[in-house]
Amino acid sequence: MTFLDADGLTKVYGEGCSACLATTGPEYDRNRCPECDSVVACADVSFEVRDGEVLGIVGESGSGKSSVAEILALDADATAGTATIRGHGDVLDADYQRRREIRDEHLGMVHQHVHDGLNLSFTGGGNVAEKLLSAGWRHYGDIRSRVRGLFEETEVPVDRMDDSAETYSGGMQRRVQIAKAIANDPGLVVLDEPTTGLDVSVQARVLDTFRRLQREQDVATVVVSHDLSVVRLLADRVLVMRQGRIVEAGLTDRVMEDPHHEYTQTLINSII
Amino acid sequence: MTDAEPESLEELHDPSSEGLEGYNYAYLDEHTKREVRRATLKAISIPGHQVPYASRAMPLARGWGTGGIQASLSLLGPDDVFKVIDQGSDASVNAANIRRLAETTADIETTTDTTAASVIQTRHRIPEEVLTDDQILVLQVPVTDALRRVDGSDDRNRTRHAHADYSKMWVALYESVVQWGEVDIGARYPVMVEGRYLMDPSPIPRWDVPKLHDADNLFVFAAGREARIYAIPPHTDVEPLAFEDRSFRVEHFDEEACDACGSTDTFLTEVEGEDGERRFACNDTSFCEKRQRNSDCAKDDHLERSDIAWGPGTGIDPNGFVGDGGEDI
Ligand SMILES: Nc1ncnc2c1ncn2[C@@H]1O[C@H](COP(=O)(O)OP(=O)(O)OP(=O)(O)O)[C@@H](O)[C@H]1O
Ligand SMILES: [Mg+2]
Ligand SMILES: [Zn+2]
Ligand SMILES: [Zn+2]
Repeated sequence: MTFLDADGLTKVYGEGCSACLATTGPEYDRNRCPECDSVVACADVSFEVRDGEVLGIVGESGSGKSSVAEILALDADATAGTATIRGHGDVLDADYQRRREIRDEHLGMVHQHVHDGLNLSFTGGGNVAEKLLSAGWRHYGDIRSRVRGLFEETEVPVDRMDDSAETYSGGMQRRVQIAKAIANDPGLVVLDEPTTGLDVSVQARVLDTFRRLQREQDVATVVVSHDLSVVRLLADRVLVMRQGRIVEAGLTDRVMEDPHHEYTQTLINSII
Repeated sequence: MTDAEPESLEELHDPSSEGLEGYNYAYLDEHTKREVRRATLKAISIPGHQVPYASRAMPLARGWGTGGIQASLSLLGPDDVFKVIDQGSDASVNAANIRRLAETTADIETTTDTTAASVIQTRHRIPEEVLTDDQILVLQVPVTDALRRVDGSDDRNRTRHAHADYSKMWVALYESVVQWGEVDIGARYPVMVEGRYLMDPSPIPRWDVPKLHDADNLFVFAAGREARIYAIPPHTDVEPLAFEDRSFRVEHFDEEACDACGSTDTFLTEVEGEDGERRFACNDTSFCEKRQRNSDCAKDDHLERSDIAWGPGTGIDPNGFVGDGGEDI
C-alpha cells in the first residue's frame, strides 16, 4: 500500500516569478531563474513510497536532494506541492501543531549535517530521549531503557550513553541520529547522505545496521545520496535528480544496469 | 500648605508635608494604574501566560522590585493593609523602602503580620502562614521565562509557549537527572500552569512551590525590567515539572530546627551567630516571632478550616518533616 504520496514538490529560494519554473531545469542546465535570480532547488518532484519500501534519490551536488528530504521531514516549507501520508492527509498543509505532532511521532530524519540532527552539548542519550519526550514520554526509567535499547539496536556503545554527543566519533553520531530517527517507530524515515564524511569501513557498517533495522521494522524510507553505491545497497527504487527535476525513475537494478537518461549514464559510468 | 518657599530645612522635611501632596494617589498616575490593572486582569484570565505592560520608571532601581511595586500600587486602595517582605524578612531596607512609598503615597496601613495583610509584596518567598481568598500575593520577578534556562532567545521561546512545546525543557530535566541523579534546580523551579503554560515561579525555594497549587489566594507575578505580568488565580492547577518516577521534592533540613522558635516545619536558612556558630532559623521572620510567643501556633491557626494543603506541613505534625529526606509531592 502507498504510505507516502508526494506530488509536485517545489522549493524556490528567493522572490520567485512566473518565469522561474519555465526557465530552469536540466534542459537549460541551470536552477537559477534568469529573470529574478531565485534558485529553484526542486520542482515538480512526484513519487510514491509503499510500506516497507526504500526509495533512493541520487544526483550531483546541488541537484535538490536535500531540499526534497527537508520538505518530507517537515523541516522546511515547500513552495508548492503536497505530501500525503496515509492516515494523516497532506502533511505539508497541516497547521504548526499538527506538523509538530507528525514530525515527533510519525517521521524520523537523519540529517546530512550533524548539527542539524543532534544537539552536541547534550548527551548522546539525551538526544534520543528528546524524541521520546517530544512524543510525551514522562517516565524516566522507561525513557532510559528505551534509549538503551535503541543504542543497542544501532550499535552505539551503551556505556557512552551519558557522555556528551560532542565526544562521539562521526560514525557514532550518525548512529545516534538513526536511533533518534526510529525512536518512536515512525512510518517514514528520511536519510540525507547517511554515510557522508565517514570512513569507507564505517560507512559499510552504518549501512548494514540501517538495512537490518529497516527490514526488521519494515519502515518506508527515503534515502538521499550522491553516492550511487549507497542507493544501490539500500534502495528498491531510485529517482535521479538534476537541476531540481527528476530525470529518471525506476527499479534500482534496472536504472543501474540500463540507464535510459544520458545524465544517469554519465553518473553511473563515473563511479564504475 | 502655602506656595511660599520653605524657610527652613525643618520645613522642607516636615513629615506632615509627606503623603499625597504633589503625588497622584498611590504614586502612579491613573493611566499607568489602568494599564497595569488591564495587564493583571489579562494575566489572571490566562493563567501562567506572560502579559507585556508599559513598565514605568520608579523611584527604585530596576531589579529592586519595580515590577512588584507597580503591581502593588495599582491594586492598593485606602482600605488595604500592606505587607512587604524581602526573602522572608519585613525588616530589610528594600522592604522598608517599598512599604514607605506605599504608606506615604497611598495612605494605607502596613503590617508585618501575614494574616492581617490584604496585599503582600514579596521577593523570593511565599509566607509560611496560609493565605486566604481575601489576600493577594505580589511576587517580584527577575527572570520571566522558565525557558530561558534552555534557550536564550525570547523569540523562539515565545513560539514554544504559543504551541506548548516544552520538549527542550524536558531534555534539560533528563540531562539533569543523568548527571545528578535528580533534577538539579533549587529556586525558580519550572511549573506547568493548568497543563498549558510553563511558568517561572520567581526565585522562591522549592519549599514554596506546592503552595501555588489550588491556593485560595491570587498570585500576581510582576517584572519591572522585563515589563511582564503573569498570574495564578485561586484554585489553579500548578504542577512542578517532574518525571513520573522522579517526583518533585522540596528542600529538607534533616534534624534541624529553628534556633529561635524551635520550628521543624518551616523553611530554614543557615545564619552565623556572633560566636561564629552556624544556626538554623526560620526564614519567615514574622511567623518565627509568632512561634516564639506561642510554639503551638499552626500555619493555619487563623482559619476555620484546618485541612488546607499549603506547602510542607500546615499544622504542627509531631512526625513532621524532620529528617525524612524530603517529601514527595
Ligand atoms: N537556504 C538556501 N538559500 C538559497 N539557496 C539554497 C538554500 N539551500 C539550498 N539552496 C540551493 O538549492 C539547490 C539545491 O540544494 P540542495 O541542498 O537541495 O542540493 P543537494 O542535492 O542536497 O546537494 P548536496 O549533494 O550538495 O547536498 C542548490 O543550488 C543550493 O545552492
Ligand atoms: Mg544535500
Ligand atoms: Zn524567477
Ligand atoms: Zn523560627
